[in-house]
Amino acid sequence: MKKNVTLSKEFLKGLWDINPVFRQALGLCPLLAVTVSAINGIAMGLASTFVLVSASLLISSIRKLIPPQVRIASFIVIIATFVTIVDLVMKAKFPDLSKELGPFIPLIVANCVILGRQEAFSSKNSPGRAVLDAFGIGFGFLIALFVLGSIREILGSRTILGFTVLPDSFEPWIVMILPAGAFLTLGILMGIANAYNIRKERIAKQTLMEKFKMAVAGRNVNQPEAK
Amino acid sequence: MELIIIFISAAVVNNFVLAYFLGICPFIGVSNKITSAVSMGMATTFVMTITAIVSWLLFNLVLVPYDLGFLQIPSFILVIASLVQFVEMVIKKVSQSLYRALGIFLPLITTNCAILGLALFASMRSYTFPESVVFGVGAGAGFTLALTIMAGIREELELAEVPEAFKGAPITLIIAGILALAFMGFAGMI
Repeated sequence: MKKNVTLSKEFLKGLWDINPVFRQALGLCPLLAVTVSAINGIAMGLASTFVLVSASLLISSIRKLIPPQVRIASFIVIIATFVTIVDLVMKAKFPDLSKELGPFIPLIVANCVILGRQEAFSSKNSPGRAVLDAFGIGFGFLIALFVLGSIREILGSRTILGFTVLPDSFEPWIVMILPAGAFLTLGILMGIANAYNIRKERIAKQTLMEKFKMAVAGRNVNQPEAK
Repeated sequence: MELIIIFISAAVVNNFVLAYFLGICPFIGVSNKITSAVSMGMATTFVMTITAIVSWLLFNLVLVPYDLGFLQIPSFILVIASLVQFVEMVIKKVSQSLYRALGIFLPLITTNCAILGLALFASMRSYTFPESVVFGVGAGAGFTLALTIMAGIREELELAEVPEAFKGAPITLIIAGILALAFMGFAGMI
């Protein structure tokens, strides 16, 4: 069944259909912790995407060499290696950002999104598909980080990416840059995402019902004619 | 005195779940019932204390003297993963009743970022050995506290009418936000 999925679908599904944050509620620890500002969110998203894509590429290439009994341990070591690369590069090139994100760059190792994708996808698919899937999931995660970071930055400090967007008369909501704001914002966003999906499913069900009714009605109309 | 401050800071003021966002997955996944929340909290506290001891020894006796600081992330995660397996085997041999009580929660702890976060924080702040151990116990106590409070609220929530879209993770996150606000009241303690 997997083979029928087109390559673009492989990428696009990560953005919404199986978005790690809004649909699967995975990877919430880094998401909540670093999204005080939009720029932190982007940095975290790019770092995670890099680790995810590199690990997926490597693991899908050597997937037949890894004995199934020790696969989880092997995945973790490979992921930890790429995280170390990111951590050291960030410390050398962007010391300020690295200091602000603190232990959350090393903690990408424990991000269940990354390990989950290796277990669910890379260990069963060819490198090309695995990389596309990893990019999709990575960007889905990046979008979630960026949206949450932007909302908290706009409402909490009146700026976005450092530019002031709200007038001085707007009193910043301090709670937004505190831990409580992260929980509240994400809770409301996930609720909205759920509401959207429930509505979409209901509409899909309705159109299906209408089609069914039409078909039944059509047969009832046809039957007398047949007689 | 210093040790008491570290304990209180890790347990309530800078609670791992509500201030540092570590261990959110079990916090949302396992907070349905008070009994399972307490078991999970106990198992985590246990592993956290041992991790604090082992990671301190590893970092200060192996990684620092041989100048291997760059191996910190892979070595910590490997040590934690094997430690959890080891603890599971020991508990199974020593106490069957405890093993049954902790059950599925032990292996789940490997993927709990609170454990790795604990090891990283302790080495970043260059705690001494007793400080590390107290930090581990305090963080575990704080995790148990947050998880149990959450489970208590969610048991009551079963009876409440939550909008369809907000059932499950969203309402849990909103409650966690309110809890985080409440925990901010501890900020003046130290």
